[in-house]
Amino acid sequence: MTDKIPVTVLTGYLGAGKTTLLNRILTEPHGKKYAVIVNEFGEIGIDNELVVGADEEVFEMNNGCICCTVRGDLIRILDGLMKRKGKFDAIIVETTGLADPAPVAQTFFMDQDVSDTARLDAVVTVADAKWLADRLKDAPEAKNQIAFADVIILNKTDLVTPEELDAVEARIRSINPYAKVHRTQNCAIPISEVLDRKAFDLDRIIELEPDFLEEGHHHHHDEDMQSISVRVDGEVDPEKFMPWISNLTQVEGPNILRCKGIVAFPNEPKRFVFQGVHMILDGDVQGDWKPGEKRDSKVVFIGRDLNEKAIREGFLACAV
Amino acid sequence: MTAGTAPSLTQNIVPVEAGAHVTALGWLKGTAAFALGDGGVLLAKDGETHRVEAHPDAGVLVAVSDGERLLSGGDDGRVAVTGADGSTRTLAETKGAWIDSLAISSSGAFAYGAGRRVTARDDKGREKVLEVASTARGLAFAPKGYRLAIAHYNGATLWFPNVEAKPEQLEWKGSHLDVTWSPDARFVVTSMQENALHGWRLLPDKGHMRMSGYPSKTRSLTWSHDGKWLATSGAEAAIIWPFESKEGPMGKAPRECGVRPAKVSRVAFHPNAYVLAVGYEDGCILLIRLADASELLVRPAVQGSGITAMAWDKAGRHLAFGCEDGQAGILTLP
Repeated sequence: MTDKIPVTVLTGYLGAGKTTLLNRILTEPHGKKYAVIVNEFGEIGIDNELVVGADEEVFEMNNGCICCTVRGDLIRILDGLMKRKGKFDAIIVETTGLADPAPVAQTFFMDQDVSDTARLDAVVTVADAKWLADRLKDAPEAKNQIAFADVIILNKTDLVTPEELDAVEARIRSINPYAKVHRTQNCAIPISEVLDRKAFDLDRIIELEPDFLEEGHHHHHDEDMQSISVRVDGEVDPEKFMPWISNLTQVEGPNILRCKGIVAFPNEPKRFVFQGVHMILDGDVQGDWKPGEKRDSKVVFIGRDLNEKAIREGFLACAV
Repeated sequence: MTAGTAPSLTQNIVPVEAGAHVTALGWLKGTAAFALGDGGVLLAKDGETHRVEAHPDAGVLVAVSDGERLLSGGDDGRVAVTGADGSTRTLAETKGAWIDSLAISSSGAFAYGAGRRVTARDDKGREKVLEVASTARGLAFAPKGYRLAIAHYNGATLWFPNVEAKPEQLEWKGSHLDVTWSPDARFVVTSMQENALHGWRLLPDKGHMRMSGYPSKTRSLTWSHDGKWLATSGAEAAIIWPFESKEGPMGKAPRECGVRPAKVSRVAFHPNAYVLAVGYEDGCILLIRLADASELLVRPAVQGSGITAMAWDKAGRHLAFGCEDGQAGILTLP
């Protein structure tokens, strides 16, 4: 686990500032070496770094499911990079402005060679404070990138009024209440806020999101993107929960962009933690419940056309 | 019998310090050539080694040998050729696109893939280019004639580079990785992203062969000298498919040899006997005789030193192997 190479996925609509952020990451004196996977050479002038061109080749897996996709080029490139293990500390994947982050993330769950050697650290989305609202209207990709993000860099804040900035952040929150949002100019942000986030580590979910188990998010749902969180005030029955979550992600997979949960099972000293992308789920028991801590259970989903009532009732029905 | 109790050949190994991830290796007559993740090619003969900078400041992604020379493709976008005499030169160059598939024919032709573009150069230096629909992953020349099989997403393409005719498409959904022809050229087999092999019978009926049940991807395929068996990696044993009938292995169970609690990463059939060298992800190597499945230990498991390359010399007296951590060695059969 510890010697897996961390991979940061950088998304953002065209012109939002991905390249600016990338250049910042690469030029700051952090003493680390990165391998960078980009779609366009030339845009970035990087010296002494390992830069690889990608072609965003997306493959459907043969299980008959349209949402189970992987990036073939990424598998190939990571396989090649692993032959030069030791030459770099981390990998950054820059995706094009039109790319769907899901096949990238799923590659780390669905390809065993990749998951054996590399771990997805976080999806970082750069958003343009001035133009994001427009993009959310006309570009479904832009909305997916926001919905998918673990970290959102709300950039070019100097080009909008404080009111406009609050409005655009509220829009982001209505799509994805769980991402960490940073307001920046020229993507000026401490690198530690972007890299090594461990957002896809099951045992970091709680640590990263201290209010994850708290109610009280105000969910201003976006027109077609929903975030649903459901809490059971106590333990759930694994005999009911496991079939439920598995069936839900199988059936609703194409509509679920991301999901996460922390669940308490009776007589289980550890938390059951899971997260998923479309119908791919990764879950395990880990991290003891602390003495005196309230053992309750919570799941969150971000997606489209989700039946909120059915999800709510389905999870509540798993309660012990 | 398990590796722990197998009679041992470990005393017959001369270790080689390769120093970097061994991507692939080949024999150049009596010299073993180890192609390395740091761009070098290490030549080893009679206990002496000589390092050649085939891809300076780059890495070797793929390498193949025809028994005389070693061709290597790098992340510097070059195809280099290295000889047993330590000479190396550039054979082909792309503009920075990784070269991660290569094939060489006994006639002296070679082919390489960079993205979707496949370039084939025959023994007279005539070069032809074919663009396939998605990235060319595996390349293999037919045993006879100048014909190339190209594995890619949703199937494979059979291409006569020097013939104007449209390439033949072998279709099967999914991502196909490596490709191999049977020695009699009747079968083409690919490994797949989906932990399975897929085969096409070219003669007599163009039928499909689906070989599944692997717990992980199969990235190493090797034919017995007579083409009757195809041994494969990807399980906690070498999986060996029977190909002696004209239907191929359909309806027949494969043999499983060398069951151990570690995945097989490389397989290499002896060039003229029913003996299979099996390398594992935990660094162990066994020699297995097909007749009675008896095992000989070549190398015990070594932490972090999974087997990444293996090859017999032409006579089958020596087996060279290389590992992910840069260890390597040459076994001499007693």
